[in-house]
Amino acid sequence: MKIIAKTGNEAMAEAMRQINPDVCAAYPITPATEVMQIFAGFVNDGLVKTELMMVESEHSAMSACMGATAAGARTMTSTSSQGLAFMYEMLYIAAGYRLPIVIAEVNRALSGPINIHCDHGDTMGARDTGWIQLFSENAQEAYDNLIQAIRIAEHPDVQLPAWTSTDGFIISHGMENMEVYPDEAVQKFIKEFQPSFTLLNNQQPLTVGAADLQDFYFEHRRAAAEGMRHAKRVIQEIGREFGQTFGRSYGLFDTLELDDAEVALVAMGSTAGTARMAVKNLRQRGVKAGLLKLRVFRPFPAEELAQALKHVPNVAVMDRSDGFNAQSAPLATELKTAFFDAGLKPKVIDYIYGLGGRDIHFTELEQIMEKTLQAPEPGDLDSRVVYWGVRE
Amino acid sequence: MKPTMVFSRTPGLKDVVTSYCPGCGHGVAHRLMAEVLVEMNALGRTIAVAPVGCAVYGYDYWNFDTTEAAHGRTPAVATAIKRVLPDRLVISYQGDGDLASIGMAEIIHAANRGERITVIFINNANYGMTGGQMAPTTLAGQVTTTTPEGRDVSQTGYPMRIAELLATLPGVKFSARGALHKPGLVRKAKSLIQKAFAIQDAGTGFSIVEFVSLCPTNWGVNTLQAVEMVEKDMLKTFPLGIFKDEQVGGKD
Repeated sequence: MKIIAKTGNEAMAEAMRQINPDVCAAYPITPATEVMQIFAGFVNDGLVKTELMMVESEHSAMSACMGATAAGARTMTSTSSQGLAFMYEMLYIAAGYRLPIVIAEVNRALSGPINIHCDHGDTMGARDTGWIQLFSENAQEAYDNLIQAIRIAEHPDVQLPAWTSTDGFIISHGMENMEVYPDEAVQKFIKEFQPSFTLLNNQQPLTVGAADLQDFYFEHRRAAAEGMRHAKRVIQEIGREFGQTFGRSYGLFDTLELDDAEVALVAMGSTAGTARMAVKNLRQRGVKAGLLKLRVFRPFPAEELAQALKHVPNVAVMDRSDGFNAQSAPLATELKTAFFDAGLKPKVIDYIYGLGGRDIHFTELEQIMEKTLQAPEPGDLDSRVVYWGVRE
Repeated sequence: MKPTMVFSRTPGLKDVVTSYCPGCGHGVAHRLMAEVLVEMNALGRTIAVAPVGCAVYGYDYWNFDTTEAAHGRTPAVATAIKRVLPDRLVISYQGDGDLASIGMAEIIHAANRGERITVIFINNANYGMTGGQMAPTTLAGQVTTTTPEGRDVSQTGYPMRIAELLATLPGVKFSARGALHKPGLVRKAKSLIQKAFAIQDAGTGFSIVEFVSLCPTNWGVNTLQAVEMVEKDMLKTFPLGIFKDEQVGGKD
């Protein structure tokens, strides 16, 4: 076992070196810049056989990734925030064309005002683009998820692009111990990319993205939706296989002390790591607190989440973005839909926190869980959505 | 003898410490721009558009109104401000990532429309803010963090000469390249800014001043070495001069 200290960005660049994609096209953006910068060093040193295109913008980067994938190349890129937003037009097209591109996405707040620090507003803004979305708690998971994302995206039952979400600076620039697997083992795990159809095949000429009006557009979108439904099963299968191969299994989500919990905190990304300490401290004080760390945001595992939380009367949802829908932020909104469909009506308080990189401490998460336990049954909007840690 | 004040901070800049690295050209360009505005008595009618890149905090240093734009979009934002408020002096301040890379479409089209704005363009041959990656302006063979053995033009293209490129467009009435690394050149640089602002006030068309700048931090050298690099390498690719001057009485 090889344990080394790496930042999240270094870990993802290492995963990319081991994946050895055929093509990368990228444009630098804080805090994801390092991923491609380190990778450019690997290309220069001949450690990968990747064709690296340093294009003039993310708009072009994602367009180039689409061209490469359509031509049968395994293709990756990395971006953050405004970069992902600038790819927005192509994100939909990549999913609609069923091109299994993988992005190492480093979460950063969206402008404006301009900000370079972590929140999930960037990927949440693109949550319905048709991309599979995996959140990581630390550098190890960023590395593990990126390797798995290749298999998930390319799976014949899925064939959809995927990104891994990694908290900007908190994980991307924080250094921690992690295990790196042998190159050959990673290569063996990801297998050869075998797309069902590609350009440049003279035996089977095809057009990617031919105009699709009232006649077939609907069917193609429906087929992509089916790919996303299949992804829920495929993600779990690959997560189990990953565990059998490397010793770390992955599912749709992870739980801690949830069995007898009277209050559950639902969180994604690095905050889930912070919450482990909060749950431990509350348990020591006799508070029946539990954690549900959501790994897979797309596809949204609605039934599984409702099942896992069905016995918990009080749920604190940690949303590191705001949906501006004047109701609740993305994670809480979708979780409440899941509860409704399952016939459940727990008390759900949505905590919008950490926007623009504002820090969250484990003592605050303890307060949040205690507050959720004590909160009256929500009767109006104000008691259902709490902007946590904001000055107002 | 009573001491005489021979130099003071221009009121066009706020009395704050900037975030720029030692040897960076942005500070000099900011000062020149501010001095010219003060001399024109134009501080009260100036609106700048700040870029994304090292000059993203420009509004913290400039003592005039500023709006921030998305990366590369300052010429489009400046266009609209000028059209809504035609009596203002509107400046689009950009670096080479902002202008020559992600914002290439905006700059070409604003120039081609002959928008009555002035662009101050800082060319330091790399993406400074993100840590010294290759830019479109990076010299052939120049080492950057994404070209560890030097820019290979067969793979990544050639350094773009923006001042010359824009000078070909009829809507552009003034296009020049100056430098910021020697006192004599700094004085010339100021005169270029004066001419560009005069063109804008004359209302005849688009004006741009490109500055060959220094980036000792990302070039991995000290300031004196950076000055040498500009002299020896950069000026060969980016010659100084006025490529277009259609001021009344000016040369074409």
